[in-house]
Amino acid sequence: MDPVNKITSRTVVLPLDDVDTDQIIPARFLRTTVREGIGENLFADWRYQKDGSQRVDFILNQPSAQGAEILVAGRNFGCGSSREHAPWALLDQGFRAVISTEIADIFSNNSLKNGLLPVIVDSKTHQWLLDNPNIELTLDVENKQLTLPDGKTVSFPIENFSRYCLLNGVDQLGFLMEFTEVISEFEAQTR
Amino acid sequence: MSGKSLFDKVWDMHIVASETEDVPAILYIDLHLVHEVTSPQAFDALRTRGLTVRRPDLTLATMDHSTPTVPINSLQELKVISEPEAFEQIIQMEKNCEDFGLKLRGFDSDERGIVHVIGPELGATQPGKTIVCGDSHTSTHGALGALAFGIGTTEVCHVLATQCLLQRKPKTFAVNLVGQLQPGVTAKDIILAIIGEIGVDGGTGHAIEYRGEAASRLSIEERMTICNMAIEGGARTGMFAPDDTTFEYIAGRPLAPSGTAWDTSLSNWRLLPSCDDAKFDKEATLNISELKPMITFGTNPGMVIPVDGVIPTPSATDTGFAKALDYMQLEAGQPLAGTPVDIVFIGSCTNSRLSDLRAAASLFKGRKVADGVRALVVPGSAKVKRDAEAENLPAIFQAAGAEWREPGCSMCLAMNGDFVPAGKLAVSTSNRNFEGRQGKGARTVLASPLTAAASAINGVVSDPRPFI
Ligand code: SF4
Repeated sequence: MDPVNKITSRTVVLPLDDVDTDQIIPARFLRTTVREGIGENLFADWRYQKDGSQRVDFILNQPSAQGAEILVAGRNFGCGSSREHAPWALLDQGFRAVISTEIADIFSNNSLKNGLLPVIVDSKTHQWLLDNPNIELTLDVENKQLTLPDGKTVSFPIENFSRYCLLNGVDQLGFLMEFTEVISEFEAQTR
Repeated sequence: MSGKSLFDKVWDMHIVASETEDVPAILYIDLHLVHEVTSPQAFDALRTRGLTVRRPDLTLATMDHSTPTVPINSLQELKVISEPEAFEQIIQMEKNCEDFGLKLRGFDSDERGIVHVIGPELGATQPGKTIVCGDSHTSTHGALGALAFGIGTTEVCHVLATQCLLQRKPKTFAVNLVGQLQPGVTAKDIILAIIGEIGVDGGTGHAIEYRGEAASRLSIEERMTICNMAIEGGARTGMFAPDDTTFEYIAGRPLAPSGTAWDTSLSNWRLLPSCDDAKFDKEATLNISELKPMITFGTNPGMVIPVDGVIPTPSATDTGFAKALDYMQLEAGQPLAGTPVDIVFIGSCTNSRLSDLRAAASLFKGRKVADGVRALVVPGSAKVKRDAEAENLPAIFQAAGAEWREPGCSMCLAMNGDFVPAGKLAVSTSNRNFEGRQGKGARTVLASPLTAAASAINGVVSDPRPFI
């Protein structure tokens, strides 16, 4: 995983609450054994018409969304299944962070492991972000803060270990493997 | 200091290294369930790094999600039936299991089935175990007093390589069940009502323990239905305290302990239930005596009403609600009962066990599926299928005009050839009514097997109670 520290980008706003992983990437696209190219199917059922052409009314298809790396989403984003294909698809499409008042547990976990930053903000900030789409924000992992266009900052929580891993591009499996002996001892004692 | 909860006890027993402010706990995993959809990239990562599976003996592999539910006698037949990518995934699973020395409950196995059905059925799911799978409905196994939760593919790789996970301890949530179910009301209705009450994010960050005298009266299969959908309330997992009902269920199953090992296990298991003075971070109570059969009307499992209720009116600011009703082609203020049904699906890891099939059969017996309705009954595993056949249930389904299929996830998630066509309305015993979950444009009403069967017979969304 590449280190993640500062993300500066325009936002794209998807204001719906409870966007589930079946919307982020429908199950029929999980019949893949690789990770590449998965972004094409991000929000597939909202993005494309029956004939495969893009739906102009869907936010991600609008010119303002092109190149945006920060998704401002409604409450409880990413609920539903454990499919890691959901953060993979967002990343593959160019997103690097999701902001909401609440992000589902497994999705959040999966995102952090892939360098997609889940950002939880208070409802006032959230509402402001929803009301002001397409603005430039800076997310700072090191200082756990978000900078609004007027320079005002808002802090966001991020679990210490995840923050450390993001900042240093730490591979968590490598970290776990260092405990191999401790794991063997645990197995010997308890089993 | 207050006493420990069931969750605390199981958690504490599996700590390889304690959590600190800077590092999560390293949690040991007793059982890892693996299936074809969320594992290929994990096995690839092992290959890239030259790693092996640390404990093949604690890894249980099967195929369920992309596998078709029509009879398959050869790979050639499978290839013809499946879409190329699904076929590739199945072949890849076989190869991965072979390469890494895992026993696969594959097509030729009489122990094959949906992961969450076969774990308990084989006796692999036991009280006090930590169980994970690359699937959010792993919470099902909590019915037997295990700490079981879903993980992503990166974590699947972690467990394959180290048998451990880096985890922060979730909070605890006690859901107290009191009262007595009325005839025609089931465990599915309990969990739908709970989600309706707490909301689809009510359990976020929490492990639920279902408690109270009503909880202890439920059968293991009923408990599984309830734990299965803990995730739909946002919770990491759901659990029931193990008791004599649990022990009776496990005894004699193929992977259950036997002889003196059984006695040792039993005495350990008896220590697991929460202490009387255990404290929970959150509590809720549901009186199940007042419960009616429940059905969903929207596009998440929290959008639920009693079968004889009307669809609520959204507040003007709730765009999601309006969008959901628009997708469902339903109107606020109207009853949902009486709406014409196109498909009835009885199956999935929520409701595909023998007791579910018996319940459905009790309604189908001597009756017919309404004209124009397609009804499918899909057993959760090869064993459920055999057991149902031994009781002649398929004959009842077929005489009623319902299809009797091979085991698998089937129409629960529409990636194996079984799906609900766009715009069609399905009454389904599965766990998710998300937009497109059962097929692009599919409209899903979640319900119990009884409600599903009643709806198949009447051809419209129906209250099962008049049939009881
Ligand atoms: S039956 Fe449905 S919910 Fe259960 S494991 Fe299969 S796809 Fe997932």
